[in-house]
Amino acid sequence: MENLLEQLSLLPLYGGAHMTLSLSAIAAGITLSIPLALLASRTPTVQWAVLTTASVLQTIPGLAMLAFMFLVMARLGFWPAVTAITLYSMLPILRNTVTGLRDIDDNFVEAARGLGMTNDQILFRVRLPLAVPVIIAGIRTATVWVVGMATLGTPIGATCLGNYIFSGLQTQNHTAVFVGSAAAALLAIVLDQLIGLLQRASEKRSRPLAIGAAAGLAAVVLLGLTPSMLGALDRDERPVVVIGGKNFSEQFVLAELMALRLEDAGFRPDIRTGLGSTVVFEALAKGEIDCYVDYSGTIWANHMKRDDVEDAETVLELMSEWLEETSGAVCLGALGFENAYAFAMRGEDARERGIASLDDLVRAAPSLRVAGDYEFFSRPEWAAVRDAYGLEFQSRTSLDSTLMYEGLVAGQVDVISAFSSDGRIAAYDLTVLSDPRQALPPYDAILLLSPRAALDARIVDALAPLIEAIDDDLMRNGNKWVDLDRLSVREAARRMHSALSE
Amino acid sequence: MIVLDAVSKSYDNGRILAVDAVSLSVERGEFVVLLGESGSGKTTTLKMINRLIEPTSGSITLEGQPVLEMEAHRLRRSMGYAIQGVGLFPHMRVAANVAVVPRLLGWKPEAIHARVNEVLELVGLPAEEYRDRFPAQLSGGQQQRVGFARALAAKPSVMLMDEPFGALDPITRADLQAEFKSIQERLGLTVIMVTHDIFEALLLADRIGVMWKGSLAALGTPREVLHEDKHEYVRALMCAARDQADRLERMALDSG
Repeated sequence: MENLLEQLSLLPLYGGAHMTLSLSAIAAGITLSIPLALLASRTPTVQWAVLTTASVLQTIPGLAMLAFMFLVMARLGFWPAVTAITLYSMLPILRNTVTGLRDIDDNFVEAARGLGMTNDQILFRVRLPLAVPVIIAGIRTATVWVVGMATLGTPIGATCLGNYIFSGLQTQNHTAVFVGSAAAALLAIVLDQLIGLLQRASEKRSRPLAIGAAAGLAAVVLLGLTPSMLGALDRDERPVVVIGGKNFSEQFVLAELMALRLEDAGFRPDIRTGLGSTVVFEALAKGEIDCYVDYSGTIWANHMKRDDVEDAETVLELMSEWLEETSGAVCLGALGFENAYAFAMRGEDARERGIASLDDLVRAAPSLRVAGDYEFFSRPEWAAVRDAYGLEFQSRTSLDSTLMYEGLVAGQVDVISAFSSDGRIAAYDLTVLSDPRQALPPYDAILLLSPRAALDARIVDALAPLIEAIDDDLMRNGNKWVDLDRLSVREAARRMHSALSE
Repeated sequence: MIVLDAVSKSYDNGRILAVDAVSLSVERGEFVVLLGESGSGKTTTLKMINRLIEPTSGSITLEGQPVLEMEAHRLRRSMGYAIQGVGLFPHMRVAANVAVVPRLLGWKPEAIHARVNEVLELVGLPAEEYRDRFPAQLSGGQQQRVGFARALAAKPSVMLMDEPFGALDPITRADLQAEFKSIQERLGLTVIMVTHDIFEALLLADRIGVMWKGSLAALGTPREVLHEDKHEYVRALMCAARDQADRLERMALDSG
């Protein structure tokens, strides 16, 4: 119940932003498509080219289109999202307008020509008005698509109802997923029905029906834009700090934790979590976000393209240098915990077998079953560990990470690839095996600042107390509160915040 | 005066000859009917007059001026045009449909308003009652009346009509034919009408041109054409018509 209320309190923000995004995309889609279709209706070649281009755009997966726009426009948030969604909305409007203009009864065109209308006059006075119901039908289809697709704005930092869905799926907060999906579905249904009414009004040439539909649409639009307009009126003088985050529980909690600290220091935090791993890094380098938490090994392997394994301190040092040289971003320091791949066993089992490290595991491995998440066995970390220790297991399985933990606890597998900061390690009494040969690269959590934020002493002062302050246990608890105890992300962050203040 | 001089239309690089050297002159105020079966070339001939179809060869003049030298849309605005199935624009009310050509010609709104009322009354539709209706709210006969009103709105001196009574029920058709004939006579309109209905042609026309396989097989007053015997097709057609009329007359006498 408390969770539901907390989720609903976010509805004006997420829902309002979702409406602004969807309605802008629809408006832009209509404004671009109809003139383009009118132009295309004159020559078959242009018509073919326009429709083919729109169809090809349509086949690009939604998320890929959004990511592409983020890369092309080098911006985060509303603009790349609205551009991608607009492109997506164009096909149904284009297709219906072209078809509507073409499939007019020849009798009317013949009469118009015989009365002395020029081709343009026939187009604008006869074809276009007669095509209106078909065009509205296209807009209706596009609207439903757009409202759905707008939920994909989250990974490129456009606030929308997708924020509920992406974070809810990651933190297994079903209430959040439900609220987000239901709100998006409701919005789609309401718009669909109202535009459907407008379509009927245009078919029947009924003015009262058209006025009713238009009034309904105006009300929905007004309602949707109200939060944004109130936001614009809000005379909040506090400087804004944009906090980024990737798409898993720990990142959501850490972003909220940074927000709490920045709020205390007099800033207005703007949280953009659920971002793709590459997106968030690029956005920091470009100053689209001011701070976020990444992991040293990720920067090392994915961005610096290093495949050798160095100790934690060397990695941290080389990485900081590389960051400042390439983008001017600054690594404020390590938070004090690691989120690395680590091998875990049932605590009891490990103690009985006397296994505490990967060296100990080698003997027992041939009679043990190992499970990893979907990507683990194709990652360089697996190859590095296997080769460094000469590990041979009885069997190997790839599983969804939740099932992987459940399988371990239930005794269906014996060793899993865990994340070292996972809350389930403490909750299920698992033993994390040490890595004496340092085959696994270090994944220290590090706080990164954009070039702009690094120069702002107040931001640095507000965030510096987090450095070396969060140990493995505190982070595992933070994750456990969200993943297992089903607390909201904000509540988990509040608990960590007060634990740090003690 | 409209003069067609050896007008031909061929398609597919001359392989299909739709109209073959048709010559015809229509006097001012004359009602000429082109009669023929479908595919005889009558509609093609009609459409070449207002350039909905361009002739392959030959010349057409309107008051001495070749139509090919005029801008097509201006030429069409100067002639009334009424077709089967009427072609009233379903998204426009009656008044807007009737006002199409005056509006294209840039008449003042007050003049258009007055003319729409006038021309609706002329075709027997009280303007008050019908101005604001949509075509879908009218009967077939009323729609055809609006179609005539639209063709007459800009005061053309020439009317081109393509089977305008074709889709009407027999009683409405007879009424409208008679009414249109009287309007035509009162206004002194030059009319060229296409039909396949021989009785319609005989009852309305000042002169009938019978078309057969793209050519003008006969041309003359109804009385002349009715007794034409040089062209085999025309003779057969007129025989059939006279025969039908005789049988009808006998039936009428018997029952009386």
